[in-house]
Amino acid sequence: MTRPSSLMFYVLVAVIFATGVLMMVHRYWVYDIPLLPGDARTIWSLEAKVSFVAEDGPVKVSLARPTDQQGFSVVRESGASPGYGLNFLEVDPNRAGTPRAQWTVRSARGVQELYYHVDLVESAAPVLRQPPPPTLAASVDWPDPYRTAIEALMSDAFQTSADNFSFARELIKRFNQSEAPQNVRLLKRAYQNRLPQLLRDMLASARVPAAVVYGLELEDGRRRQTLIPMLSVWQGEKRQVFRLTDDDQEEQKPLLLWEQSGAPVLDVMGGYDSGVRFSMLRREESAYGVQEEIMPDDSLFNFSVHSLPVEEQAMFKTIFLLPVGALVVCILRILVGVRTSGTFMPVLIAIAFLQTSLVTGILGFLLVVGTGLAIRSYLSHLNLLLVARISAGIVAVIGIITLLSVISYKTGLTEGLKIIFFPMVILAWTVERMSILWEEEGPREVMIQGGGSLLTAVVAFFAMQSELMRHLTFNFMGIQLVILALVLLLGSYTGYRLSELRRFTAFRKRA
Amino acid sequence: MNQPRFISPFRLRDYGILGINRRNRDYVSRYNPRRLFPLVDNKLLTKQTVAMADIPTPNLICEIRQQSEIRHLLDHLDGHSGFAVKPAKGSGGKGILVITHREGDVFYKSSGAAVSAEDLQRHVSNILSGLYSLGGSADVTLIEDLIHVAPHFERFTVEGVPDIRVIVCRGFPVMAMMRLSTHASDGKANLHQGAVGVGLDLASGKALNAVQRDQTIDVHPDTGEDLSALVVPDWNDLLVTAARCYDVTGLGYLGTDMVIDRDRGPLLLELNARPGLSIQMTNGAGLLPRLKKIDGLKEAETRFPAEKRVAMSQSWFGGII
Repeated sequence: MTRPSSLMFYVLVAVIFATGVLMMVHRYWVYDIPLLPGDARTIWSLEAKVSFVAEDGPVKVSLARPTDQQGFSVVRESGASPGYGLNFLEVDPNRAGTPRAQWTVRSARGVQELYYHVDLVESAAPVLRQPPPPTLAASVDWPDPYRTAIEALMSDAFQTSADNFSFARELIKRFNQSEAPQNVRLLKRAYQNRLPQLLRDMLASARVPAAVVYGLELEDGRRRQTLIPMLSVWQGEKRQVFRLTDDDQEEQKPLLLWEQSGAPVLDVMGGYDSGVRFSMLRREESAYGVQEEIMPDDSLFNFSVHSLPVEEQAMFKTIFLLPVGALVVCILRILVGVRTSGTFMPVLIAIAFLQTSLVTGILGFLLVVGTGLAIRSYLSHLNLLLVARISAGIVAVIGIITLLSVISYKTGLTEGLKIIFFPMVILAWTVERMSILWEEEGPREVMIQGGGSLLTAVVAFFAMQSELMRHLTFNFMGIQLVILALVLLLGSYTGYRLSELRRFTAFRKRA
Repeated sequence: MNQPRFISPFRLRDYGILGINRRNRDYVSRYNPRRLFPLVDNKLLTKQTVAMADIPTPNLICEIRQQSEIRHLLDHLDGHSGFAVKPAKGSGGKGILVITHREGDVFYKSSGAAVSAEDLQRHVSNILSGLYSLGGSADVTLIEDLIHVAPHFERFTVEGVPDIRVIVCRGFPVMAMMRLSTHASDGKANLHQGAVGVGLDLASGKALNAVQRDQTIDVHPDTGEDLSALVVPDWNDLLVTAARCYDVTGLGYLGTDMVIDRDRGPLLLELNARPGLSIQMTNGAGLLPRLKKIDGLKEAETRFPAEKRVAMSQSWFGGII
């Protein structure tokens, strides 16, 4: 309090705090990013990464681009591809098809990576132009054992349907039955990877226009995703899209149709081993900001990571939450006086909870640490050196996690599989610490510190889980400086802890 | 209990109670330079440092540095029936094993529990691999002579030697207490494990107030002895020894732990650079007013001879109930 540097310190904290707030205000005013989540339009940033090996000659790569569709409209798109010529080809109005991005180069060699980036805004506006139905292809002549199976299936489905849509639904249903009949199993075995194409051909032979299209399930922060083949079926000018898997019990994620007309998604000439992977990220922007495109990517004052590739942005989304967890630890330890085992272990556990969901996470944590303590009590009889004992602890923790995953999977509790997100080395250390604590101070102290760690982890989890925090930390760099200022202030707090008000109650009797 | 379970922070401040945040920031990190911490965190270094100033410590039987030396452990212990095994970097009394007598190769703790030679070797091995040291770094084992309780204190303690903690700030003793082991504390003198803490008057070395598990008590829970009759002999010598630890180590906020041996008198057991706050309960008084008095002293005053500093402290803080 009476230190000479204390004035400087408070000035420094005030400057950091003010800078942080100013940066937030700047982003709020200039970029019109809302301070609260929800009162903005949701933007999905998607990035397709095309990779292939070039054959040392001219290369032409053509990738389908998504168009405005039910639920989404395209705001902006761009590509990154050093050395390549890039053209966004629009659809020929006379022909069916989706717009494409085309990269061309005279000569390329070795592994190539091309990026296509698109921002889509979620919108409820109806889409005017639906893709027209494809012309019906000539009937396919299936080889014999399969033809009878296909014909039996089709007449069966035809009986129980009324129009093109219900016919398609009935067909797909038959392929998803858990106790599939003989003929379906035969077809599934023969057409493993070409089932969507088989279904399209079956529909076509019944004079139902259909196409195999490709969609992307949107989930915030996912990386290295692939497209899901689906079936698009027409009834006159109307169209409906069917998923081929029967995943009604799974929560329906928003679905984007990347390619809608049945054309190939990726076409590479002059290369081999080609593939495309998608990364995606959700963020909020005001409607104004979206339409006017006033976010210059390289502005000096645009203190954001939003100019990075989507894949890296997705990682930063979690990293930016760490300071929130650290702040929670500071508050609980300095102001409240909660005792934890290992200073920031609770934050790491909380991050694991973010992946596993809270209840699964807590159960998993208790199971792993509990079993770990039992194994450790045996290890302590073996009279091992410390480093070896902790290494053995790591192996044991991995063993427990594997066992729990397998058991939960076999018993149908797929939720339990998420236990693999736990930081194993940290858990092994926790087990070791707790076990020493048990031997030296008794189970009471283990409960106090273990409970304190768990409590801190749960509070940190709720802080990092909250929609508001996720919105603020990702959209406003300034919040990091505000947190820094708060942490510095907490570091200079010399008042009593809440726990001390209890500890020193004996003094109440005086005076 | 119908009483509220909390005390208002304003009343705590009025009583001058030092909290942990303030201790860490305003005393430990201000007066104790980080580079001096190894002096107190390593008991072997402490021993060597204070020996230069002729401050007596328990006699060292041997030190064990390598796992390979453990085989010769029993050779070192020939002719010693009582001894204490300690990790050099242990804190809070962790890893200390006290053997009071032996029969051949079977050793007995003060509680009467038997310890085999293998148990003893495993304990030393655990210490060397860093089980009890901060951060688990490799450690050294010290084996010291057993300390014998002075007859004066025998009726106040069970299964262990009472020790005396003096908080020394910038070389001035500010508060003192004695810790008496009990059955509940398993012969250890740690307050949070159930040992009795007796606040001591800086002027006279007489008991002020006694506390077990934060509750005021009048008699020792095991022996039934009236604790207010407790007086520490040679009190001034002991305080001067404690005050001189500042001159030797340079640490401005220090907890000195001392014992009184039957044969050798006051011995320094260990030093602590982050002494606990429970001493305030045993004295029924807060540390803050006393520490603020010391904060206000000039640099030159901290270089007075230890005897003079003790006399000044006693005139300021002695006789306060």
